Amino acid sequence: MITISDVKKVFKTKTGSLTAVDKVNLKIKEGEIFGVIGYSGAGKSTLIRMLNGLEQPSEGKVDINGKLISSIKGGDLRKARQKISMIFQHFNLLWSRTVSENISFPLEIAGVPKQERQKRVNELIELVGLEGRGDAYPAQLSGGQKQRVGIARALANDPEVLLCDEATSALDPQTTDSILELLVDINKRLGLTIVLITHEMHVIRKICHRVAVMEGGKVVELGDVLEVFKQPKEQITKRFVQQVTEPEETRETIEQLINEYQDGRVIKLSFVGESAEQPVITNLIRSFDLQVNILQGKISQTQNGAYGSLFIHLHGKQDELDRAIDFLEAASVGVEVITHD
Amino acid sequence: MIEQIFPNVEWPVMWEATYETIYMTLISVVITFILGIALGLLLFLTSKGNLWENKIVYAVTTAVVNIFRSIPFIILIVLLIPFTRALLGTIRGADAALPALIIGAAPFYARMVEIALREIDKGVIEAARSMGAKVSTIVFKVLIPESMPALISGITVTAIALVGYTAMAGVIGAGGLGNLAFLDGFQRSRDDVTLAATIIILIIVFIIQFIGDFFTNRLDKR
Repeated sequence: MITISDVKKVFKTKTGSLTAVDKVNLKIKEGEIFGVIGYSGAGKSTLIRMLNGLEQPSEGKVDINGKLISSIKGGDLRKARQKISMIFQHFNLLWSRTVSENISFPLEIAGVPKQERQKRVNELIELVGLEGRGDAYPAQLSGGQKQRVGIARALANDPEVLLCDEATSALDPQTTDSILELLVDINKRLGLTIVLITHEMHVIRKICHRVAVMEGGKVVELGDVLEVFKQPKEQITKRFVQQVTEPEETRETIEQLINEYQDGRVIKLSFVGESAEQPVITNLIRSFDLQVNILQGKISQTQNGAYGSLFIHLHGKQDELDRAIDFLEAASVGVEVITHD
Repeated sequence: MIEQIFPNVEWPVMWEATYETIYMTLISVVITFILGIALGLLLFLTSKGNLWENKIVYAVTTAVVNIFRSIPFIILIVLLIPFTRALLGTIRGADAALPALIIGAAPFYARMVEIALREIDKGVIEAARSMGAKVSTIVFKVLIPESMPALISGITVTAIALVGYTAMAGVIGAGGLGNLAFLDGFQRSRDDVTLAATIIILIIVFIIQFIGDFFTNRLDKR
């Protein structure tokens, strides 16, 4: 569907040249929700802008459905862009137009006759849940509603690909979730391929199938979201995963707990996929003569299954403790005994 | 009552002059609006980082705009006498004032247009590009509508300046209220004529400001 091969983008600045994207290779499948995560300056914005030709790569090729986006120009590029829509962090709506007129804009560009436009606009307003707001101006809408208009506008010409440029970064957490649900919904209903960039692991966890982690213009890690959550390899990925699985204060709390519970063991259990749904703790308590104390835990849903971590304290005889740890390991649960470091 | 305050004013002459002032202002405002937007768009589009980025075109346009904006209007009229004569065959009358009025005001307005266009969120232009819009579509459906309130308030300021210019043009024979106030009022020491002409000019300015504000507020949906 989308093939990015050896893409490099160099910007000339006053002080020299800056390599924003460095030899990136990616293949994105049809109907997939693909996430690119990275801190600001990692090159993800530049990368996504090369997918619709807003930026031209300095080297390499971008191919979308057989069209070489990186080399077509003029009318061909404009035509191709009608099938590669984009939504933006700051929505980028025309304030001089109503909701309906904003959604109608890409249809005007595509030369759709007026009557058909009207019909399509009404369908789209319904699809994104903005019934009755068609005559409102963007200034009268909330952030979430504005992004819904952005999404409706992006879907107007039946695109094959939807590019999301930090689409939820300007929204509050609750609104973010409702916009993400809408994206998953249209991905399923329309079979639309979605490429999104973000700096929030939460967004990746919630809706993406696969994720690429970018740092310094390079893709440093790539894989299924659940796999990446289970075994993050790079330091930067571990930090992103922690954003979701471990609350800020966890480290300190655990330190404190280890000091508090001098005897027994503090154990961190990592659950991935199906193991997250097994009654591991119940089995543990039933099978072993141990006191089990749950200290802290969090389970997160991803598109491919659940992921979570749980901190427990086990107290009992030494050999019983060892057998319990073996049991946990056998139950396909990640086990990490936490000690004083 | 009115005869006592304005004993020397010949009203039919005053109305004729008012008509000439309004005529000169109206025609020059309309042409300045179109020409100024065209020039302003050229300045904006060819400036750094924009759709038609072109250093040479931008530098030349900027130079022309700055030169015509810097020449004092009264001198511009004199400089343009040969041009006006070649164009219209005369340098007297309201029509003869139009070239100088337009050439004086359009560059001034073009700068305001450029500033108005720069105020547009770059993201909106990017969004239009991402939808596959042509430059002409971006100009007519994004740039102009999105900056319309600023374009209107800019042309209001320019129109008021033009009323002042018509008075100056009047001094060298273009007719209108400025001409009447100068020849009939000042030179013949009839202060009441000058006063009446001034009051009418003020009323014209107030009306222009009112219309401009009305449309600016009406169009601004932000």
